[in-house]
Amino acid sequence: MDVDIRKRELVKEFSPMLLKSTKWSKIWIGILVGFILWGLAAFVIQVIKGHEVTGMRDNVVWGIYIINFIFFVCLSYSGAFISGILHFFKTPWKNSVSRIVEIITVVSLIIGPIFILLCIGRLDRLHYLFLYPRIQSPITWDIIAIITDLIGCFIYLYLTFIPDFAILRDNSEDVPKWRRKLYTFLAIGYRDTPTQRNRLHKITRIMSAMIIALAIVAYTVLAWIFSLTLQPGWNSTIFAPYFIVAGLYSGVGVIIIAMYLIRKYFKLDHYIRKVHFIGAGVILLVISLLFGYFTFSEYFSRWFSHKTHDANLLNTLFNRYFWEFIFANYIGVLVPIVILFFKKFRTIKSITFAAIIAVLGLWLNRYLIVVPTLETPYLPIQDTRPEFIHYSATWVEWALSFAGIAAFVLFFILIMRLVPIIPMSGIIDYEREGKGGTNSVTQHQLK
Amino acid sequence: MEKGNTKKGSTNRRKFLKIGLLSGATTVAGATLLANLASEEELQASGEKIRVLTPDGKMVEVDAESINNYPEAHITPAESRKGIPDRKFVMVIDLAKCKNARNCVESCQKAHNLDYNEEFMKIQLIQDHEEAEPYWFPKPCYHCDEPPCVTVCPTGATFKRDDGIVLIDNDRCIGCKFCITSCPYSARQFNWSHKPKFDDTSQPYSPETSVPGTEGTVMKCDFCPDMLRQGKLPYCASSCPMGVIYFGDKNEDMVTNGEETVRFSELINDRGGYRHLEHLGTKPNVYYLPAVNRQFPLERGFDVDEEIIERYKDVPFVQDLKDQGKI
Ligand code: SF4
Ligand code: SF4
Repeated sequence: MDVDIRKRELVKEFSPMLLKSTKWSKIWIGILVGFILWGLAAFVIQVIKGHEVTGMRDNVVWGIYIINFIFFVCLSYSGAFISGILHFFKTPWKNSVSRIVEIITVVSLIIGPIFILLCIGRLDRLHYLFLYPRIQSPITWDIIAIITDLIGCFIYLYLTFIPDFAILRDNSEDVPKWRRKLYTFLAIGYRDTPTQRNRLHKITRIMSAMIIALAIVAYTVLAWIFSLTLQPGWNSTIFAPYFIVAGLYSGVGVIIIAMYLIRKYFKLDHYIRKVHFIGAGVILLVISLLFGYFTFSEYFSRWFSHKTHDANLLNTLFNRYFWEFIFANYIGVLVPIVILFFKKFRTIKSITFAAIIAVLGLWLNRYLIVVPTLETPYLPIQDTRPEFIHYSATWVEWALSFAGIAAFVLFFILIMRLVPIIPMSGIIDYEREGKGGTNSVTQHQLK
Repeated sequence: MEKGNTKKGSTNRRKFLKIGLLSGATTVAGATLLANLASEEELQASGEKIRVLTPDGKMVEVDAESINNYPEAHITPAESRKGIPDRKFVMVIDLAKCKNARNCVESCQKAHNLDYNEEFMKIQLIQDHEEAEPYWFPKPCYHCDEPPCVTVCPTGATFKRDDGIVLIDNDRCIGCKFCITSCPYSARQFNWSHKPKFDDTSQPYSPETSVPGTEGTVMKCDFCPDMLRQGKLPYCASSCPMGVIYFGDKNEDMVTNGEETVRFSELINDRGGYRHLEHLGTKPNVYYLPAVNRQFPLERGFDVDEEIIERYKDVPFVQDLKDQGKI
């Protein structure tokens, strides 16, 4: 059967990615592990000495940990959202990017919650959350939502992996035994018969709709951690949708960056092509307009009505955080819009650049939501200890933040070692359906 | 009836709690929980009987000695969740009399074994608007009736009792700090690191005393329930030389600053009592009497540590004073 031959071909094509480790990949992994170890050292210090080693104090009790938490969880949420949409609507060019998106979803959902744990003063009492649960606390909702989301995303990711595991199981004679065994185990007897295929497609489709819903719930609850408090700057009715748009913004940005790196590193130019970048770029454009709109309405209404406490907050933002504010909410929104709006600017490099600006801007935007609000409480901070008046992250917090990013990249690389970053089963499906030649994109994609 | 001639033992204390606290309707009219203070010696000396109101509304007679005399009683975290029956504690702070003497802060720190910079009671310098002269503003925890801190706590480590007091059980707290971010009055503090004083186990931990503290947990003003059980005022109220802080029971409509006992409702209505940031809907149990007809000029309050004056440097009025060389 030609499908079997094709499968063999594909496995051959992708197996170098799975098996061969080049000198550079080893160096990279070494660097990443180094960052993670540095983070672990910082963590040990934080556990031994207490949270005093961070820049957090009585007023700013949450610092960049919670910002990273929001950032990673929102990455995950937007990954789930995008991947769900790609699957659900059977988007034509989805195959080359869908796995990247799925891996981002799951990996960031593992990294994100680690950051919230870092904010907790008594990790040894974490089980009290289950021993003495109180359902009216938004934190409890958050825990339930994130755990559900995590399980849902894992199931979904696994479902999308099954056909490739089966292909790898059937076509990897010359790989180590443990790998074969692993593939056999993970493929759970999938034989790619039409009935099995149909069933899997159906389940994946249902799951893709479900994880969109789960992601929206999880991220809404996360936004509520802030907006259900009484603090000026947090207590906002638009926070949940604002966070969702912001999440998509950074999510699409990170996907573009990942696409760029993977394309370059693994020489996948004929799979991840300019059309993908332009597609993702246009989505980023739409979301950046939306994000800019939300940001504007949020700050504009505060500025226009200038209630005392809102005015104090804006005062902090426009004085102490002036440049951060400009970067996060002007440059971080306008530069991507300008780059992506004009057709002639839309090259792979410039789109990636716009994505980087968007991601950095968004991280800073989250920072400006968390920190200045805590620095501007209802009752003015009257203290003489500088660290109690203004927050600045210490090396421990930075080390752990970079360790989180390194862990994200490392997990990503490790998963890419397990299954090809371009779903082989997807390519075969296209070949099956693409015989009619309806879509030139997929035709090209298949060489 | 209880013939309490043993002063020790928690059984007695529990019996007393069951009987209920002294009723304001008795002949010992001042014998409210707090006025007890004044008559303590006298009560101890005599074997006199006094009448108290039980929780189920009966008037009974008990020996005066069996009331409120168990300072050594230890209230466990579980017991501390119940609250003192039939009480509704309130505090009234008379801003007109405050001159930043800081006795309240210091006595509270001493009682709760706090460091120099750890203050359950904070004195802020507040200016309502540009035209107004600032005033000294003592700020404890407000023990809100709709406490956002309690709502958001995921483990129930912080809780609201029947007598209105909001406490923290630092054996239960996981240190998520959510309560700190949700308290609009910045009343809560975190133990950022371990301190030698936490190892002092001479006194078993009780949420009612907040001692000893624990690393990685939250602490705040507790309204001194341990003192209230003994019929005494919280440390801040009893130590203020100006009698700024009134404390009492809303059910009995009575508050006292240790010198004078007044009707809570009259005090609030005659003097224009208000609650801070009323519009937030947290319903504090701490009321303020506005800083009108002040007894001391503001400058009197700057007779404190250099470091403490530094705190107020952002208040424009203080900058002016500094320019004029007055402080
Ligand atoms: S003042 Fe703050 S800590 Fe105290 S009860 Fe109210 S919300 Fe809670
Ligand atoms: S820090 Fe402690 S008291 Fe505060 S919300 Fe968390 S568990 Fe509750």
